[in-house]
Amino acid sequence: MILSTSLNSTSYSFIDKLKAVDYFLIIIVAIIGSMSVFSIYSTESGNFSFYTKNHLTRFLVFFFMFLVVSFVRVSFWYKQAYIFYILGILLLLLVIFFGISASGSKRWINFFIMNLQPSELMKIAIIVCFARYYHRIQSSDIQSYKYLLQPIILLLIPCYLVITQPDLGTAILIAGSGLAIIWLAGLNLKYFIYSGLILLVSLPFVISILKPYQKSRILTFFNPDRDPLGAGYQIIQSKIAIGSGGLLGKGFLQGTQSYLEFLPEKHTDFIFTLFSEEFGFVGSMVLILLYALLIYRIIRIGFSSRSFFAKLYCFGFASALFLYIFVNIAMVVGLLPIVGAPLPIMSYGGSSMLSIMLGLGIVMSCKIYSRDPIGN
Amino acid sequence: MIKKIGNLNKNKIISRRLFILVAAKIGLLGIVTSRLYNLQISQKEKYEVLSDKNRIREWKTPPQRGIITDYFNNVIADNQRVYQVHLSLEEVSNFNNSIFKLKNIISLKEDEIKKIYEKKEKSKPWDTLIISENLSWKEFSKLNLYLHELDGAKPVLSTSRYYPYSNDLVHVVGYVGDATTQDIQNKKKIEENFVPGLKVGKIGIENSKDTDLIGNHGIKRYEVNASGKKISEISYNKETQGENLRTTIDLEIQQLAQELLKNQAGSICVMDIYTGEVITMASSPTYDPNKFTHGISTEDWNEIKNNKLRPLLNKSLAGLYSPGSTIKPLVALAALEYGIIDTKFKVNCKGHDHPYELYGERYHCWKKNGHGWMSMRNAIKQSCDIYFYEVARLLGVDKLSLIAKRYGLGSKVLEDFFSEEKKGIVPSTKWKKQVLEQSWYLGETVITGIGQGYIQTTPLQLCLMTAQLANGGYKIKPNLIYDKEIDLDIIKSKIESEKNKSVSQNILKDHEFKYYERLYRNPKNLKFVLDAMYGSTNEQFGTSFRSRHKEDKYKFAGKTGTSQVKRITDQDRELDLNLEEIEYKSRDHALFIAFAPYDKPRYSLSVLIEHGGSGSKAAAPLANKLIKKILDRHELREKIRKDLKNIA
Repeated sequence: MILSTSLNSTSYSFIDKLKAVDYFLIIIVAIIGSMSVFSIYSTESGNFSFYTKNHLTRFLVFFFMFLVVSFVRVSFWYKQAYIFYILGILLLLLVIFFGISASGSKRWINFFIMNLQPSELMKIAIIVCFARYYHRIQSSDIQSYKYLLQPIILLLIPCYLVITQPDLGTAILIAGSGLAIIWLAGLNLKYFIYSGLILLVSLPFVISILKPYQKSRILTFFNPDRDPLGAGYQIIQSKIAIGSGGLLGKGFLQGTQSYLEFLPEKHTDFIFTLFSEEFGFVGSMVLILLYALLIYRIIRIGFSSRSFFAKLYCFGFASALFLYIFVNIAMVVGLLPIVGAPLPIMSYGGSSMLSIMLGLGIVMSCKIYSRDPIGN
Repeated sequence: MIKKIGNLNKNKIISRRLFILVAAKIGLLGIVTSRLYNLQISQKEKYEVLSDKNRIREWKTPPQRGIITDYFNNVIADNQRVYQVHLSLEEVSNFNNSIFKLKNIISLKEDEIKKIYEKKEKSKPWDTLIISENLSWKEFSKLNLYLHELDGAKPVLSTSRYYPYSNDLVHVVGYVGDATTQDIQNKKKIEENFVPGLKVGKIGIENSKDTDLIGNHGIKRYEVNASGKKISEISYNKETQGENLRTTIDLEIQQLAQELLKNQAGSICVMDIYTGEVITMASSPTYDPNKFTHGISTEDWNEIKNNKLRPLLNKSLAGLYSPGSTIKPLVALAALEYGIIDTKFKVNCKGHDHPYELYGERYHCWKKNGHGWMSMRNAIKQSCDIYFYEVARLLGVDKLSLIAKRYGLGSKVLEDFFSEEKKGIVPSTKWKKQVLEQSWYLGETVITGIGQGYIQTTPLQLCLMTAQLANGGYKIKPNLIYDKEIDLDIIKSKIESEKNKSVSQNILKDHEFKYYERLYRNPKNLKFVLDAMYGSTNEQFGTSFRSRHKEDKYKFAGKTGTSQVKRITDQDRELDLNLEEIEYKSRDHALFIAFAPYDKPRYSLSVLIEHGGSGSKAAAPLANKLIKKILDRHELREKIRKDLKNIA
């Protein structure tokens, strides 16, 4: 068994690897990537300037990185999973001391070429870490308190660090993807129900520790007209932009809401709004379909992987990706409060792009090295 | 092996769990999709409207007022180019600073600055404030020089109302001023076309014809960004000018009338006796309507308001005066129509020593030594009071009142055209019971016979009365705005057919008359009265003999009137003071009514001089000059009339 594993693990020819690549997935990523470049171009009213240039460069660089990472053996990620996690935590701690503040929160570290947002990196680190963690645990042990408590602590540390930045959105996404993996690993349903109840009971306490702007965002979510020029402004303007797009949209570069600057944060969190205003319901459906295909391909790769680590990672990443997309779109259409969550690949932002491309790279590596039965 | 089984078990669990997760994802995706469908398909229209509201902002451009001309197309209310400075609030970085700079450049007064701050309080952040409406060329060019230092300030070429004949027509045309909340509420047309700084008519034609004159505002639609900055013009519905109006006024006669009234308080009215066109409606003193256009200064306003001769009162139609002897032709006509007396009826006027007596009250004639035996024609000609005391007594006040109302007294001449027009009073027994709740005394009838007592008329009413006597006794429709429906030839043919109609039984009863219907029973009665008026002007001993025209073509007939403003006591009679020796306020009003030319009457006029003394001395001489001018301009007026008819 061990022998065959080691044999298998070394017997990949370059041709084999190229054959194993999921080209369909790469094409989808490329399509979404180009759509994102055009959208950012539109936020600048059709000028090829700062944001568009930056975004295009980042996309190309990180797309290349995605391809490079694809050829890194998946066992590398398995081995380095905890290191990756610890690195993430260290970076988050670094933010506290050396972070850069912008609009009231401290989220970034200056790395000369780019401002890195460690919380974005943590999104992937938590998935890799948990995939490794559950890879080793017997299914019968999963329900035990010991193995329940460890991942919860592992999850709470980064969540706490991110919330205090403060960045509620990213914290929720990290927590969400962590929980998704715990769920996939097979933790009993009753624990989810219990913790859900505990959350409900502790909600008043949670609300009391929220920052005033966070509270106002949540209140505004339930009634955007409460403060139409303040906290409700974003939701109202976003809904107007999307609604006025209609079936086919106002056309490329014709989105008046964003062109006339009614739309705040249009190149980051509200990029979907701009896209939807210009390309309408049909365009939005196409984009959502592309995301759905992307997730489907990732799940497919998970199924074809032999190792539990790869499976868990792929399924977990697919779920996390879905969560990011869902939270972002639901937020801009007014189904969820505005918490600050970027739309994968589409939104402007280096760290988010980096983490998604890294995540996709690991997925592809799972595909290429699918026969690797990892660590025992 | 155990491990393998464990792993198999784990794989099974993960697949099942994934399945549940995917199902949940599909569900959530369904929610997002349906939400997008709801926003973009079902509620598309709502959000499209909201989006347009966001991005499109409208600016209204002021409408242009219609031009007003006289009958001969001389412009009497014009639009003039003015230089203004506006301040666009969204472009101003520091409002106080901008105002301070502007103050130094265009010399704003303290109260003007206060007004600007008040206006600013009420405006929206993207509004434009009008800082000054009417800059001199010097100020305007200075402003342009310093423009680079004044963010948001805009030199604007605009138009505003201008009255080229300033004082001469203010009582006809009126003036404009800023629209008040009340103006906006009262007139729908103003509400619909309101823009900040809109001028609306305050009095006169400007006010009564506002709806026609005002025009429609334009709309400029701009695309704006979130901070309200204009990005591009989307559309411009151009403003339209209001209707141009041609009045019936003859500017030259109006100007002459104002000239004749200069330095006196009074009124002159001239009317076409067939068409009812008001050719002149002068009231003195006047004031400059141009001062009101941009808001009158307190100083100017006080000067107008405190003038003892009351320039603000439009004396032609809002001044009430006892008609005095000008009513005598009407009293005579009434007595003849009712057959109370005939023209041969005589009364002896014996002078102040033997006054007319009734129940112990004594009533004097104006002539100290008396007129002697007076027939009706002589009594009108020489204006004998004693004769008319007796005629009035025999006639009774109710019959007199009925005929007086029929010929135009006691009701508004121009209906509701001027809000300030007064109805006056034509007393009757019924009127006194209703209004004063007292019974009528015969003595009151007697003085009504010489146009004193309760009776109150406006100069325009007297002019209309004269017109309706002079045209042979037909009701006419007075008007101030040229109306193509009022056609001289049609009127004349209507009158011709009325003349030959048999008289209805009701002719002497109180009833409503239609326009151009005959008002008399026997044409001989009217002819007699008009002939007596001829005598009054053209025969020796006539009260206006000195004001006559000797030339045939200018010959006119008239009747003087002197209206007492207070009761004449025996002491006054004893003193018999000259006019200059009496206090201004106590002097009599001088009146004169006339029609011309005598042989083929066409125009009627009334002259009133407040506290002018006697009608024959103060009022009749003005008629002499006026009538010459009116008749000289007759040909020209008829030519215009024909031209206008041909155009129509």
